[in-house]
Amino acid sequence: MDEPIIEVKNLSKKFGTFEAVKDVSFTVNKGDVFGFLGPNGAGKSTTIRCMLSLIAPNSGTIAIFGKNLANHRTQILKNIGCIIEKPDFYRYLSAEKNLEMFARISGRDSSKKEIQEMLEFVGLDGRGKDKVKGFSHGMKQRLGIAQTLLHKPDLIILDEPTTGLDPQGIIEVRNLILRLKTEQQKTVLLSSHQLSEIEIIANRMVIINKGKSMIEGSVDALVNEQDLLLQINVSDYQNAMQAIELEFPALHVKHLHGSIIEMALEKEMVPKINYFLVNKGFSIHSLEPKRKLEDFFMKIIQE
Amino acid sequence: MLVRNTYNEFIKIIAKPRSYIGLGVLTALIFVILFAMKADGSSFVSFVTASFEQTLSFNGNILNGNLIAFIILQMLIVHIPLLVALVTGDLISGEAAMGTIRMLATKPISRTNIVLSKFIAGAVYTLILTLWLAFLALIVVKWMFGTGDLIVLNSSGLIILQEQDIMWRYLCSFFVAYLALLTVSSLSICLSAFAENSIGPIVSTMGIIILFTIIGSMDVTVFDSIKKFLFTTHMASWRSFFEDPVKMKDIWQSIIILVVHNIVLVAIAIIKFNKKDITS
Repeated sequence: MDEPIIEVKNLSKKFGTFEAVKDVSFTVNKGDVFGFLGPNGAGKSTTIRCMLSLIAPNSGTIAIFGKNLANHRTQILKNIGCIIEKPDFYRYLSAEKNLEMFARISGRDSSKKEIQEMLEFVGLDGRGKDKVKGFSHGMKQRLGIAQTLLHKPDLIILDEPTTGLDPQGIIEVRNLILRLKTEQQKTVLLSSHQLSEIEIIANRMVIINKGKSMIEGSVDALVNEQDLLLQINVSDYQNAMQAIELEFPALHVKHLHGSIIEMALEKEMVPKINYFLVNKGFSIHSLEPKRKLEDFFMKIIQE
Repeated sequence: MLVRNTYNEFIKIIAKPRSYIGLGVLTALIFVILFAMKADGSSFVSFVTASFEQTLSFNGNILNGNLIAFIILQMLIVHIPLLVALVTGDLISGEAAMGTIRMLATKPISRTNIVLSKFIAGAVYTLILTLWLAFLALIVVKWMFGTGDLIVLNSSGLIILQEQDIMWRYLCSFFVAYLALLTVSSLSICLSAFAENSIGPIVSTMGIIILFTIIGSMDVTVFDSIKKFLFTTHMASWRSFFEDPVKMKDIWQSIIILVVHNIVLVAIAIIKFNKKDITS
């Protein structure tokens, strides 16, 4: 049975009259790499900040490791490693000194050897003595991950960890997160505004928009590659719609705009529809299969 | 966790270049005063004693280390608050500006302990500044100018204090001066809890000191009732140790008012920081 590590229930937060988070609920289970997906400004960071007690929610409850955050803050935070938006360090101190200081207040002193090993793990070996002010964004991001892991927490919360990274850096961070799951069995909550990123890394996810949780479930179930939305740019679209509905009564075809029609179907149906329309003498200008979730997510973003 | 974070705060203060500005400026100012006294100290003394020379005869080394230490204390106690605020005003808001406050506040340390560790670190930094001032004023100056009786001019006239009766007065006055500077430190830490940048609390601290000093120096009845509660009124109470007899009642009143200020300011900082949404 799944063991819940994070349980957020009916969380709401207002800044003045602006409601940043409205009644958000979701559960992260032990061992999950949980995707926290939403467009920019959806309320992801505010929710995460509430989960780390940086922001006090107006209502709702947050339980982590089975304990209420409001009553067991210090105890819970001992077992969490996190990066919020971008990792910021004391620029005038070296990478090693920064790690040493953060480890000291994480409730666990780290030996020089552990710090070296961690710097090696994130690909910063040989740069430990350098001051952080000389680090690139990518290096700071890696140092942030080192800071997150150094005190060996069970839960890792990463808020947009690939923002500002080059493609190589993005791949490295993704691989690092996957290693955390496979090699160290950590529970990871990963926030992102990119569906593709969540698809690759996460096993479960929630989508939030305008402060509300829209959908939650396993990535496999939500990002089912079999279920598609097919958009066809076809000549004489009205007759084409009628013909499709007569031949395939299970399909519901709707007109989008211009000569574009859309229908939800399984992947295997795409060549059949194509063959059918061509045989009936319709000219197909374009045929674009889209995954349902991607479409759903895009609609959310465009709203 | 308080001890661990206080240790971290010391590391930060030691590593920050701005922490040395205070010590450097203080040293430079003192050596400027010493140079001026060495070059033209006798005319400075004559200016003070001129009005008494018809009735009194001054013999011996008047321009001695004790007098110059007094002049230094008198001149610099007005400026040292800026040097204190430069470091302590940055302790919380500097972290907000740098973004490290997020990292700090997600660690298993209470926000109250975060503020307290910063207050302790600020208090130690202020103590170091005060001790450095004391070292330069009492040790270096006396080594350069020698020792002797101290002539002090105050509102009730000219006071001559015997050489062997001076050191305890200086030690006590440095303690009270420290308490006054600690209040400046607490004020700037308190303001720092409200701000998201370093400059605001530093400028605000100096603004408050200037405002309160002006109110304290204005002979207007309407301000009389509040004057004794302004911490700036008690920043110069170290001078009371150079009265004869020493007005212990006034000094104790100043100490109590300064201590109360410190407690209230730190309490405000703790309450504010505990309630603060960290959105930076």
